[in-house]
Amino acid sequence: MRVLFAAALALATAITLVFLALPIAALFLRVGPGELVSSLGSPVARDAIVVSLKTNLIAEALIVVLGTPAAYLLARRRFRGRALVLTIVELPLVLPPAVGGIALFAAFGRTGLVGDELHALGLTIPFTQTAVVFAVTFVAAPFYVRPAVAAFESLDQSLLEAARTLGAGTARVFARVALPLASGGLSAAAAVAFARGLGEFGATIMFAGSLQGVTQTLPLAIYAEFARDFHLALALGALLVVISFAILLSVKLVPSWTRYALTFPFRSATST
Amino acid sequence: MDPLRVDVSLPLRDFDLAVELDVAAGETVALVGPSGAGKSTVLRAVAGLVRPERGRIVCGETWFDGRVDRRPEERSVGLLFQDYALFPHLSVEQNVGFGGPVDGLLERFRIAHLARARPRDLSGGERQRVALARALARRPRVLLLDEPMSALDPHTRADVRGELRALLHELALPTLLVTHDFEDAATIADRIGVLVDGKLRQLASPAELVASPSDAFVAALAGGNLLRGSARALPSGVTEVDLDLGGVCYSTDMREGPVSVLVYPWDVSLAHEQPEDSALNHVRGEVVSVVAIGNRVRVRVGPLTAEVTLASAQRLGLAAGQEVVATFKATATRLVA
Repeated sequence: MRVLFAAALALATAITLVFLALPIAALFLRVGPGELVSSLGSPVARDAIVVSLKTNLIAEALIVVLGTPAAYLLARRRFRGRALVLTIVELPLVLPPAVGGIALFAAFGRTGLVGDELHALGLTIPFTQTAVVFAVTFVAAPFYVRPAVAAFESLDQSLLEAARTLGAGTARVFARVALPLASGGLSAAAAVAFARGLGEFGATIMFAGSLQGVTQTLPLAIYAEFARDFHLALALGALLVVISFAILLSVKLVPSWTRYALTFPFRSATST
Repeated sequence: MDPLRVDVSLPLRDFDLAVELDVAAGETVALVGPSGAGKSTVLRAVAGLVRPERGRIVCGETWFDGRVDRRPEERSVGLLFQDYALFPHLSVEQNVGFGGPVDGLLERFRIAHLARARPRDLSGGERQRVALARALARRPRVLLLDEPMSALDPHTRADVRGELRALLHELALPTLLVTHDFEDAATIADRIGVLVDGKLRQLASPAELVASPSDAFVAALAGGNLLRGSARALPSGVTEVDLDLGGVCYSTDMREGPVSVLVYPWDVSLAHEQPEDSALNHVRGEVVSVVAIGNRVRVRVGPLTAEVTLASAQRLGLAAGQEVVATFKATATRLVA
């Protein structure tokens, strides 16, 4: 019985791994390192890399700068409707990206909820680089905010209280105690949110379109080149795999990101 | 230095906490009692970490009353947390410096050589000294110590007790100390408040508490033997108590009806045969256990604990299973409710 169970576990693990790894392996078997580097020199690839980096860095900055204080507030305060607020924050995690795209249209489109106000200000969002930033922020933010709330919640309460009795006001407690102690969890969360943002496709193509050099990010370029230049599409895909792999692995290995062991879903591989 | 005046009421889960006490400058008051009695909540209320429902907390200026509720950072308390709550991401020196200038505190607490070390690399005693130094860097008006000894090894406890006592004397601040250990309280504090279910049962000096405990609970906490029984006055002027366990004993205290007989271990002497002496109370029983504590030996005889010198225990050859007679005088036998 025990042998049978062990064999079943091993078999299930093997099938899972093969299923997940085979397509990735195929990608790299089709694109050699030399081909990868040379095809990344093409204008389409260069433009996609620039657009992806620019929009994702802006989105990441927005997410971290606004998401960190928001996560601290949500972690520290108990108020009516808190579960509702957390659910709203989590929603994009499970929402189909296409729903995100159409929702962004409904809100910020020419005829959208705040369309008139934006128009009056001379702002047009859809099919601009700003739209890419919006789409990436919308989809990636919960990947940062939710673990950030957890990171702040798991702080030792007595440390924050000790800081208060030692004369620190709430802002100093946040800056000198809460933020440094949660920084490991926050960095890991930021890395995962960045990886998710880089891979954003559905909401972006609906809300921002796929205009080379303006709104065409790496995933959109893969889709566009799929029918035109399959090898370039493969190379761009391989590049995204390398970046994502590096980010997820670093979350598990960078010591300072795991120092004040916190609960974090993408980090459980560290056996500490 | 100003005295600390505390009068706080607030509902806890199972009962209402209602404590009123004053701590003079330079005085240490220990709050002792079972866990969950509300001891730490009193400290947290003084520090401003818990808001009382009503009451008044004054130390020089008003920290809390109906209208005023100062924030913790505006109260100037030195709170020593039970697990010390040292900041793990800061060095010893940065920890101490968090609340105010470090000045000579590292030298004074013999932690100067640890200035760059992180809290996780320190022993329990070192952590306690860092936490004390950090609390004092704030130049507090009040010192609040929450179970300061609980994270220490048993063999460093006695030393630290002495040091702490000397330090508190030197600081001359009003100090509130929370502990579950009566011996810690009795050696460090000037007065002891026994807190049970949110109420102060008795607030008195250690000597008074031992000599005239207000009730059986306080007596047991002070380390006394308690035997339940029924008392009645004899014409000869002593009180006779019929013990629930069987047998009788005598006390010079005047009480009638159901009582607890209290006798302290150090008032019980042991012998192999019943001595021909003035003592009225003799209990014959089997030695259950013999435990040496330094130069004293605690001997359990039937329902009683006796404390004798190590020399006496050796002379009598005390060992578990032996039959001995425990003797205590009626004048050393208290009757409490």
